[in-house]
Amino acid sequence: MTSAATLYGLAGAALVGIGLYGLAVQAHVLRKILAFNLIGSGVFLVFGAVAGRGGGAGGGDPVPQAMVITGIVVALSATALAVALALRLFRETGRVTLPPDPPAGARDG
Amino acid sequence: MTALYLLDLVLVPAILLAACTAVGTRDRFAAVVSFIVYGLLLAIAWVRLGAVDVALAEAAIGAGLTGVLLLGALARMGRRADEAAAAGPPGRTLRLGAAALGAAVAAGIAAAVLALPEPAPQLSGAVAEALPALGLGNPVTGVLLAFRGYDTLLEAVVLLLALLGIWSLAPDPAWGGLPGLRHRARPEGVLAWLGRLLPPVGIVVGLYVFWVGADRPGGAFQAGTILAAVWILAVMSALVEPPAVRSLALRLALVAGPALFLAVGFAGLGLAGAFLGYPAAAGWAKPLILLVEAGLTLSIAATLALLVAGTPERAAG
Amino acid sequence: MADGLADGPWAELLVALPLAGMLLALPLGGRQAHRLALLVLAAGPVLALLLAAQLWQGGVVGVALGGFAAPLGIALRADGLSVLMLLTTAVVLCATGLAARAGFAPRPGQGETRAGLLFWPLLLALWGALNAVFLGNDLFNLYVALELLTLAAVPLVCIEGKPEAVAAALRYLLFALLGSVLYLLGAALLYGAHGTLDITLLAARLQPGPATWMAGALMTAGLLAKTALYPLHLWLPPAHAAAPAAASAVLSALVVKASFFILLRLWFDVMPALAGLGGATLLGGLGTAAILAGSLLALRQERLKLAIAYSTMAQLGYLFLMFPLAGGGTEAQPWSAGAWTGGVLHAVSHALAKAAMFLVAGLVLQAAGHDRIRALQGLGRAMPVAVFAFGLAGLSLMGLPPSGGFVAKWLLLTAALASGQWWWAVPMLAGGLLAAGYVFRLLNPALSAGEGQGWRPVRRRWQAIPLALALLSVALGLAPLLPYLLLGLGRSPAAEEGLG
Repeated sequence: MTSAATLYGLAGAALVGIGLYGLAVQAHVLRKILAFNLIGSGVFLVFGAVAGRGGGAGGGDPVPQAMVITGIVVALSATALAVALALRLFRETGRVTLPPDPPAGARDG
Repeated sequence: MTALYLLDLVLVPAILLAACTAVGTRDRFAAVVSFIVYGLLLAIAWVRLGAVDVALAEAAIGAGLTGVLLLGALARMGRRADEAAAAGPPGRTLRLGAAALGAAVAAGIAAAVLALPEPAPQLSGAVAEALPALGLGNPVTGVLLAFRGYDTLLEAVVLLLALLGIWSLAPDPAWGGLPGLRHRARPEGVLAWLGRLLPPVGIVVGLYVFWVGADRPGGAFQAGTILAAVWILAVMSALVEPPAVRSLALRLALVAGPALFLAVGFAGLGLAGAFLGYPAAAGWAKPLILLVEAGLTLSIAATLALLVAGTPERAAG
Repeated sequence: MADGLADGPWAELLVALPLAGMLLALPLGGRQAHRLALLVLAAGPVLALLLAAQLWQGGVVGVALGGFAAPLGIALRADGLSVLMLLTTAVVLCATGLAARAGFAPRPGQGETRAGLLFWPLLLALWGALNAVFLGNDLFNLYVALELLTLAAVPLVCIEGKPEAVAAALRYLLFALLGSVLYLLGAALLYGAHGTLDITLLAARLQPGPATWMAGALMTAGLLAKTALYPLHLWLPPAHAAAPAAASAVLSALVVKASFFILLRLWFDVMPALAGLGGATLLGGLGTAAILAGSLLALRQERLKLAIAYSTMAQLGYLFLMFPLAGGGTEAQPWSAGAWTGGVLHAVSHALAKAAMFLVAGLVLQAAGHDRIRALQGLGRAMPVAVFAFGLAGLSLMGLPPSGGFVAKWLLLTAALASGQWWWAVPMLAGGLLAAGYVFRLLNPALSAGEGQGWRPVRRRWQAIPLALALLSVALGLAPLLPYLLLGLGRSPAAEEGLG
């Protein structure tokens, strides 16, 4: 079990790298959100490798497993909010990317 | 054992390939589809790691609901040319820099993973020791609802907050109204047929997953997701309309789970001497945990379904 | 372990009560939500004071939630630092809640509105999340609390529905999510290496090694992105400037300090050895860059709220001077406890002063309908109390006596000179001068005798709210002993002896 768990831990490490690459190079907001989810699931897989190494009865340490379930739900919550913000931005401005520089103008009241 | 390792050696490259496609392909639709495939492969990986509870959550939430959210948003933004496409592929410097950064971080994590100590320090023993007092058979449910119940309480609130955040993006005139666009489906179409066929099955499966969660893989989050999926399907096949945001019944359903959890937590102060504690007397903990889980299942199902439905956009009829 | 029932479950209530209020507000509806929220917020300072009394009498308060002791369960822990942050949070949120009635309480005869309902549960959730952070003693639980904070803060940025606020909120969310996922990765590695995420247990078990170093680096990077330390600050000014003033006040005063607080826990409690790798100097250097860049950018802004937001970026920089100054050597250093106290006092006095400034900016928008700095002539005559409050808060930012900011910067400065690291004094002094520059530049048109061009009148009692915050920020400088004594309770050895 141990070596298989480590293999998935290494896969998790690679997924974080792939996700970071996507986050940096993709301009489209939805693709950035997708890349963030790749990083997230890579992190969960590292957590899973940690859990799998602790091979208790019934397959692994349940504490990190529970943490991953919590993490999956939290990631979905964040994704849903980000998607809604992206849709609102698109409706208001027609843009699917974030403006390149933070806009300098504050609100006009 | 050898066959299982063979599976690992196929599964890991497949996962990485799907991830690379999701990041690298030019076609956005293909990217999201790759992401969903990736999520399903990942669920198999979780089974392989002996974490069936996580596998269920990853398949239902990580691949399923996240995929639906991204596909829905992509459909509404349209596939026509926009400034992201007009800008062309990212520059060479950016790509090289990003690749170097990603590779460096991945290498660092890999080194750290390889350096983790043997034997792995873990809490399986402590959980197994404390679990019988709760009357539960599934250690993951024990961790989620009792030992680390505080995390789960905050997590349920996070889910609800995401929904409030989405609602806060509604245009003011539509406040109180119905979320999302109106769905139309041909009455004799496949979608309508599925919409009629699947809900009864889905509801039974959802309730079953909730009920066995105490002793076997399953529980509030997985069951809530299945129930939400049933409802989303029914909305998509135009069989039902989502409820108006101002509906009191809806709001009560949304807060019931976390509120019940808090109430049981406060009761724990008196009954067990600790906030979020369960009474030590035999046979008390399990019914209380099931009660909290029932409330959470309801609220999670309602919240997830509305997260996918989106911002209120139509005034209530 | 505190005797929970005899002393009262104040720590638990500080987390549970805001969440209960948030849950109740939703079915109660938009006509009543603000009343409930204000009622719950009013309990905040009382609960925080009760917890302070509990700490004073019995020492560090520890609560094993559910009766399950760590590492199986999750513990809450309140030391002097926690209690000081909880008190500050309760006071700032009370003031903000009162001020927010102007924009988010329902008008007579009006039905439920979107912002009129949602602002209040979001504010309560934000308060609960902050309290959970300041009380948390489990690194994974702190991850959940940070996400709770983010998901409450981001919608507050764009609750008024302006397009530029939506873009700012999305950018803020993406930065925050990247930060928390890196933090979580570090937590995973720490669990793998040590089998627990309880801060107290980790501190005792910690073994240096690749997993621990990588975890420290990832968690630090994630928390820096959330704290908006230079060069990861890009999201902060647009988000803090675009939000409604009441939200800006809590975002700038408190929210960015939550991730900083976890950074303190990580470096001083969990892994003091991180500083040995030159990390403390690096953080101090980035802090210096933040002070200089933030102040210069604040000087160049045309809009009041953007200027205040850039000032937040600069003032956050000072906090990072704590790392090199509280560190230095392996033996007990007499100055390092001073640097630590100075840094924390700076966090508190900046919170009070910055909240006051943003609330004044909100009144300016209300009165003038814009916040263009050059067009604010005659403001001093139209709302003298608010302008006075802004000036007092500015005093604290500049670090002039008598103010909390003065004592804080004095302690940091003394530590820099006493430890022979005089170079850290340079950004502190330069930052003070630049702050004087931007505060006077903001006040100058307001104080000049111009015709008030049709200001809408703002009643005195609205102006009294920022005044109370600004006065508190100054009073901190008149009675610095009290927080000093409080901070000594449960302080980690690394904070007294220095990192290294």
